[in-house]
Amino acid sequence: MIAQKDSISPGSSLRAGGPAGPEADQHCPNETFVLNLGPQHPAAHGVLRVLMTMDGEWIKRAEPVIGYIHRMHEKMGENRTWAKFLPNTSRIDYLSAMHYTHAFVGAVERAAKIEVPPRAEYIRVITSELNRISSHMVWWGALLLDLGGFTPILYAFDDREKILDLLEGLCGARLTYCYYRFGGLYNDVDDTFLNGTREFVQHMQPRLKMYRDLVTDNIILRKRLTAIGGISAELCRKYGATGPVIRGSGVAYDVRRAEPYSVYSRFEFKIPVYPESDSMARYLVRMDEMEQSLRIIGQALDQLPEGPVMGKVPRVLKLPPGDTCYAVEAARGRFMVRIVSDGKEVPYRVKLRTPSFSNLSLYEEASKGMILPDALAMMGSLDLVIPDIDR
Amino acid sequence: MSFLTLEPIRLLLYLVGVCAFVGANAAYLVLAERKGAGRIQRRPGPNEAGYAGLLQPVADGIKLLAKQIMVPPGTDALLFRAAPLMVMAPSLMCLAVIPFGANLVARDLNIGLLLVFSFGSINVMALMLGGWASRNKFAIISSARVVSQNVAYEIPMLLVVITMLMVTGTMNLNEIIHQQAGWFWNWNVFKVWVNPLMPVTFVIFFICMLAETNRAPFDMAEAESELVAGAFTEYGGMGFGVFFMAEYANIVVGCCLATILFLGGWQSPFGALSGVLGPLWFLLKMYALIFTVIWIRWTFPRTQFYSLLNLSWKILIPLSLFTLVLTGVMIKII
Amino acid sequence: MNPSLEQLTEQFTGLVGANGPAGTPIVAGLAEAGPGSATAATPVGAAVAAPAAATGALAPAAPPPLSPVQTVNHALKGYDFDATVAPDQVAAAAGILDASGFSLDTVTGVDWIAQDQMEVVYDYFHPTAPLRAVVRTRIPRANPELPTILHVFPGANWHERETHDFFGIRFLGHPNLKPFLLPEDADFHPLRKDYQP
Repeated sequence: MIAQKDSISPGSSLRAGGPAGPEADQHCPNETFVLNLGPQHPAAHGVLRVLMTMDGEWIKRAEPVIGYIHRMHEKMGENRTWAKFLPNTSRIDYLSAMHYTHAFVGAVERAAKIEVPPRAEYIRVITSELNRISSHMVWWGALLLDLGGFTPILYAFDDREKILDLLEGLCGARLTYCYYRFGGLYNDVDDTFLNGTREFVQHMQPRLKMYRDLVTDNIILRKRLTAIGGISAELCRKYGATGPVIRGSGVAYDVRRAEPYSVYSRFEFKIPVYPESDSMARYLVRMDEMEQSLRIIGQALDQLPEGPVMGKVPRVLKLPPGDTCYAVEAARGRFMVRIVSDGKEVPYRVKLRTPSFSNLSLYEEASKGMILPDALAMMGSLDLVIPDIDR
Repeated sequence: MSFLTLEPIRLLLYLVGVCAFVGANAAYLVLAERKGAGRIQRRPGPNEAGYAGLLQPVADGIKLLAKQIMVPPGTDALLFRAAPLMVMAPSLMCLAVIPFGANLVARDLNIGLLLVFSFGSINVMALMLGGWASRNKFAIISSARVVSQNVAYEIPMLLVVITMLMVTGTMNLNEIIHQQAGWFWNWNVFKVWVNPLMPVTFVIFFICMLAETNRAPFDMAEAESELVAGAFTEYGGMGFGVFFMAEYANIVVGCCLATILFLGGWQSPFGALSGVLGPLWFLLKMYALIFTVIWIRWTFPRTQFYSLLNLSWKILIPLSLFTLVLTGVMIKII
Repeated sequence: MNPSLEQLTEQFTGLVGANGPAGTPIVAGLAEAGPGSATAATPVGAAVAAPAAATGALAPAAPPPLSPVQTVNHALKGYDFDATVAPDQVAAAAGILDASGFSLDTVTGVDWIAQDQMEVVYDYFHPTAPLRAVVRTRIPRANPELPTILHVFPGANWHERETHDFFGIRFLGHPNLKPFLLPEDADFHPLRKDYQP
């Protein structure tokens, strides 16, 4: 139907009876073309480029090309002290910066055996979960944009704004927080934050119900996502996909449960799991996760102990030789920091294992034979943040 | 007065009038859409240019006019330039037979309905040519979508129109309106004694109208999150502006037609006051429909392409065929 | 399905042998595998067995070689199981972990320039059991080659490409070791310790 590779010339004749689908391959094997989606494309979230070999609107092969926003954070880690690398971590995935700083701070604390006061740990949980909700709100709006629904993102950003205001009051930053420090926090929370967070929890619960009624139960949305973009649990395991992707495939893997960090073991919360493995399952997992995050925030606020928010940290931080890992459940999945120290003030090696990297790596296999709009809807349901992939 | 009744003068006046109407509508419907979207999304919408943003369309127009029309290398320059005109001209032609009031019609043709649909079908060809001439993969995918979508929805739409022809017995649009005189239950959409499925027929017509004008949730052709801007990807400046205006002109034509066929055109809902106030009633009904179109766009996500085709081939066409047969039977019985 | 640490220890001890890779000569690469061609390899037994403790010039004073297969306290290190294998055993090690239901976390490298070695670290997590495993191996810096585990975990594709980008470690059998995160024409490996920008 459409002429070969790179020359779609108006002069070439429109052949009758083009391929009707993937099954028409054998009749006209050369009737494919390469669609270069991105790095600047309204559907690609950020500078992701996907080389799609298409047969009409069917995708034969979709190969993500990444690296357009690669900043080599790992090298930066090797030429500055432990503390100076901390702000870098919040720039990796700017939508869930709290989790990322948490992982790095946690790794250093684990290696240096720094005790963190309980109040700091509780506040870390509260801010992390707030950050998770704000990240999911961005995902939700962006996914609906991918599906052609323009309005939800403005409502989502309205709610997100409240979280950003709260966190801005804590550490001054609205996006790339550097609130956690080795051994505790930058400063203690005030009543404005605590009351504001309580108010936000009260405000958010009816909002989530409204979103469920207005958007989640919309028949067009259901049709766009249900039974489309299947990712089996086995595929997730082989590619190391984590977070809502694996939980949408029926595996209850959550770092907060599998490797309890901070004080997560003290809270009651459910891990939302949907076994359908389609885009809708991943959608529902995230929508449910926001409710669970609100639950955790409520419990943490009730149990918040008094005390200092900063532990004892040596003035010059030197970590004992050896490697240490620390994993957290970021908004997109398992984020792990592996630090290798040689006993000096600067890291010998910092490895950042980011969830979007693994989640995107299965895209090529999962998108085979899909139609273009569905493949883009599936990409939206993976919740990609490109700096998180490229680091 | 005698001067005004001269046929060439009259035609000229109407030509200017129709052009002005389409132009003003296209410009201000964009503003209305943006304002409406703003209300739906709890923000003010454009409000900087002029009072409450009323000069925004002028600013947009100047910006578009000031831009160079780029013809990318390798395109079919003739088709590329012709496509925007081909999409705009038919909707202007259609408005020539639309009666805005009892006497306010440019050409009171006996085959008015037929004319509207024959010109309306050119739209799809223009979009296809525009996409094809652009030499852009996104545009070509969009063209393929436009053709299959419009072909699929032309059928139920025409079946509905045939139903209406059987009910009214005429293709003269003014005649159709005259038949719906009296209280609002005389409007075709409420004439359940002629065909109990008349409201359904109206809904089918409205859905098909949305699909034919490529409006959300059926905006497969533009689908900016998938195809950048679809068939218009390579167009800039006023080339794009004309496509944009034509979209709104087509909505106006579609809503006019829905008003005439189903909602009594310029007839007042109370049986009286339709003479001088006729155009007012007409515009009121038409803009209510247009507002619905805008409202739908900013509320729903886009449908899938194949569920869009399924809706037409598996639901709308059988349903409209059924109403056609039912109407035939009812007419025979009554 | 869920494995225990004892099972893993047993299986890995079977893989690496009682003495571990410290007892067997490190081969320079799969292409010239076999004990006879191990001439290029330096005797690095102690460093291999105690990779974490080997710190630059302090290497000779490192503590006595640890067992190549050991369980670790998760609260202290962030993983439960640590195995050091020979470079040609990484695929077999991946196979064992795959059969136990592990998932690939990441593949990465560490450049131990003082010992003239490259360490390749494979991180695994278990989706259903609270277990984290680390498999590591050492290859000579001059000829950093080892087999790919792509056929066991297809997800290793991107991780290995990235490791090749950053360290220049060649994964034999990998179909596509073109620059990935780096520019298309990159011929440098920035995470090598001797890299000069």
